[in-house]
Amino acid sequence: MEVKEKKTKEAKQGVLKRIAGPVVTAVNLDAHMYDVVKVGKEELMGEVIKIQGENVIIQVYEDTSGIRPGEPVSNTGLSLAAELGPGLLTSIYDGIQRPLAVLVDKMGNFIERGVSAPGLSHEKKWTFKPIAKVGQTVEPGTIIGEVQETNIVHKIMIPPNAKAGKVKVIRSGDFTVDETVCVLEDGREFPMIQRWPVRVPRPVKEKKNPTIPLITGQRILDGLFPIAKGGTAAIPGPFGSGKTVTQQQLAKWSDAEIVVYIGCGERGNEMTEVLTEFPHLEDPKSGKPLMERTVLIANTSNMPVAAREASVYTGITIAEYFRDMGYDVSLMADSTSRWAEAMREISSRLEEMPGEEGYPAYLAARLSEFYERAGLVTSLNGDPGSVSVIGAVSPPGGDFSEPVTQNTLRIVKVFWALDAKLSQRRHFPAINWLNSYSLYLEALQGYYDKEVSPEWNKIRSWAMEVLQKEAELQEIVQLVGSDALPEAEQVTIEVARMIREIFLQQNAYDSVDTFCDMTKQYDMMKAIKLFADLAYAAQLAGVSPAQINAVKSKGELPQIKFIKDYKPELAKIEKQMDTEFSALRSAA
Amino acid sequence: MKEYRTINKIAGPLVFVEKTEPVAYGELVNIVLFDGTIKRGQVLDTSDELVVVQIFETTTGIGKDSGVRFTGETIKMPVGREMLGRILSGGGKPIDGGPEIVPEKRLDITGAAINPYARGMPADFIQTGISTIDGTNTLVRGQKLPIFSGAGLPHNNVALQIARQAKVPGSTESFAVVFAAMGITKEEANYFMQDFERTGALERAVVFLNLADDPAVERIITPRLALTTAEYLAFELGMHVLVILTDMTNYCEALRQIGAAREEVPGRRGYPGYMYTDLACIYERAGMIKGQKGSVTQIPILTMPGDDITHPIPDLTGYITEGQIVVNRELHRKGIYPPINVLPSLSRLMNLGIGKGHTREDHKKVSDQMYAGYAEGNDLRGLVAIVGKDALSERDRLLLEFADLFENRFVRQGYDEDRSIEDTLNLGWDLLSTLPVEQLTRIDRDLINKYHPKFKAGAKKV
Repeated sequence: MEVKEKKTKEAKQGVLKRIAGPVVTAVNLDAHMYDVVKVGKEELMGEVIKIQGENVIIQVYEDTSGIRPGEPVSNTGLSLAAELGPGLLTSIYDGIQRPLAVLVDKMGNFIERGVSAPGLSHEKKWTFKPIAKVGQTVEPGTIIGEVQETNIVHKIMIPPNAKAGKVKVIRSGDFTVDETVCVLEDGREFPMIQRWPVRVPRPVKEKKNPTIPLITGQRILDGLFPIAKGGTAAIPGPFGSGKTVTQQQLAKWSDAEIVVYIGCGERGNEMTEVLTEFPHLEDPKSGKPLMERTVLIANTSNMPVAAREASVYTGITIAEYFRDMGYDVSLMADSTSRWAEAMREISSRLEEMPGEEGYPAYLAARLSEFYERAGLVTSLNGDPGSVSVIGAVSPPGGDFSEPVTQNTLRIVKVFWALDAKLSQRRHFPAINWLNSYSLYLEALQGYYDKEVSPEWNKIRSWAMEVLQKEAELQEIVQLVGSDALPEAEQVTIEVARMIREIFLQQNAYDSVDTFCDMTKQYDMMKAIKLFADLAYAAQLAGVSPAQINAVKSKGELPQIKFIKDYKPELAKIEKQMDTEFSALRSAA
Repeated sequence: MKEYRTINKIAGPLVFVEKTEPVAYGELVNIVLFDGTIKRGQVLDTSDELVVVQIFETTTGIGKDSGVRFTGETIKMPVGREMLGRILSGGGKPIDGGPEIVPEKRLDITGAAINPYARGMPADFIQTGISTIDGTNTLVRGQKLPIFSGAGLPHNNVALQIARQAKVPGSTESFAVVFAAMGITKEEANYFMQDFERTGALERAVVFLNLADDPAVERIITPRLALTTAEYLAFELGMHVLVILTDMTNYCEALRQIGAAREEVPGRRGYPGYMYTDLACIYERAGMIKGQKGSVTQIPILTMPGDDITHPIPDLTGYITEGQIVVNRELHRKGIYPPINVLPSLSRLMNLGIGKGHTREDHKKVSDQMYAGYAEGNDLRGLVAIVGKDALSERDRLLLEFADLFENRFVRQGYDEDRSIEDTLNLGWDLLSTLPVEQLTRIDRDLINKYHPKFKAGAKKV
């Protein structure tokens, strides 16, 4: 991110007094909270986080080794801001919006320091198609033109903090992001780029209650615990339970128009996997590479901790910017625990009074401020847009009672509880169906009735009931073995197994099974229900559970997952099921 | 070089020096004792009035009369090709009686983060010859895969067997081993050294030894020296480097010791709040770089205090590394070597390195099926203890037998037994063929017809 010095204010020079890791102290510096400053001879980027008498305390976004007391500090007078405009999509940034590809050119394969790089290319020309007319009154948020950025149309808006005015000149043609494309009658000039301070939410006209699900193509999510467009969800789980895979599946397949993926304090190789894989994957709707709708932020665990703290804000600001254009945006933050730890680390260097488990007392406030930036909104220009936020949480020891998980659960509406036991069994996605919940079920009912089937909500409740019943029965089975159960309940156990193995288990690495649309989900569940109905009827007619379990068509059903054009095969299986059961019944 | 005699306070491994000229953060410091001995340290906190120096050795002999010299540079390490075959102390000094290292380069030991954009995607399968790793928790080049163990378990043997047998099938590229010991006993160190010598591995290894009686704080720099060497061998000389770090638990104890001496606010169980970041700066130094030869693969070993996987050390490690190999006491008691429990073990990069073009097309599905079978069979053991074998259904009885077979034939192997991946997968099929074929729901029919011992040869197909 490049920060231009404010021209109106004379930049004041301060002097460094103390350096202790990523937190440094300066004196004689005229500063306000969250001003961006340049530290030392190498001009490392930092941010003011505390002012105490003469002392200004600064968190530095880069490694501070080799910096000495007495070196200069200058204040840019600006707060940490993201550059917003054409060029964001397909980019990969670090936590403070420096493009990593540009950094490789500037400093090689390893991240050195003291290099600044603007978030957007200021040389590249984009074809600007005007929409606003001369004489038209434009207000904050008004779309004045368009740029075909990838297969996504990037809408150029009047910044939210600008005053309304009448258009005097509107240009058309190829421009860089800095060149003026629109002049108002009062003489104000607007380029395509806008800058927005990352810690401040972008304003909207109205926030609304979500009513449409974010379709993710993941059966357990869409089917049992859906998230709404504009909603919030948390995925907590111990290591190895599949948080990252689930997040990546959502980034790949959710039906948002724009995806912002924040790798916050996570593994470098994982980001490489995303970078290598995304350009080759196709959006199931548009058929275009997924990368074209994606912005990646990668601040891996060994990159500076202060930039990790900022990465989440940079990401959500970019998400809000696309929302303001009228897009549905989904944002994945992996992992919010690392973000919280970055806060803890900075806080402890500030010698602040710690709250629970050493986290700062403002942890809950920061988390809720962040999740509250999600939502289904009417933007300033009246278009609907949304930001859905899905945060991974990495609780120490997989213990959900720790502060980050608990504070997150108080805010989010959807809880996908990952379970190490399931992942050890290679049941993926390892989301525990008994502990998870979604508070959007009622709000989304109307959508499912209309778009999937009026039967859907009923069949969903039926499946949940069976799973719940199974959990109770399993406790008995653990004591006496399954043969001791009444026959009808042995059938229930079998049906629950089918729901788990056929419906809930989904193979992210299979080219077909990785994405499952709502119709197929409904058809699959209906087939299981059909089996259950036939099985219970047969059992009443005197057919033994062993005979029911041996039904051939049941063994065929899992194959449906891996068949793209599954309908003919499914119809065949259902018919066979019918035949087999009637044979069993008449024999009994 | 200016020498200060303004030491004001010495506490634990920290020395506080007053009234100096501006000293850089992270600078290397030499402290000169009255008898001329030099102790090394690093600046942790610097201001006009006070500089805090962390000493890497014992503070024995340091007093207010000791001289303090600030060297003006951060800690750098001399590296060179000649280091192969050498044994160095935990502080990087030769202790094998050989000459000093002639440096080809001097590198900063903290090492910079690899730009995620410049990283190459790990995809080369490393065959370790151990079925539980190759078959079910595959290691690939550029991965960091720790061994989680407990006191008294044979993790060292497992690590040595990996170091000895690791190869990329069909590749002849040069590779090296960097071994860093932190706080292990002389006896353990000898065991490693003897094995290296026995197998001739020493000539392509660099060994760093910080033993149990060496200063604890020196352990803070030992893994950094080892990784700086590994990066040099990998990214400047184009070698494939396997780094073994043992024991990370001792490293974390040293970290806690320094945190306490600095009177920092402690995190969980007294470990510093920045331990995640600190460990990440070690583990993340594994990987490959796009368009470059060479790679750094890490196998850190840690002993879980009280075999508790939720203890902060294994917990934070598991969140950073790409999986873990868990050594299990119960299997060890049953006399099974290597006692690797596959259920909590995981390799996150496995899918990148297996399948068609890497190992074999059926690898993933065979592995999943074995996992599922073993997990279920293992659960049933609890049930059998209550209701007895006779109360089990036929399906459950077979699963129970499968679990036993899995442990005795798949997990168990000899210390020098080097199984090829083909052998491992075929063995997997042999075991799976004891289950009814309808129960193999995770494998598609084409693969069953091609590889299942009962179907592959005959005309009978499912």
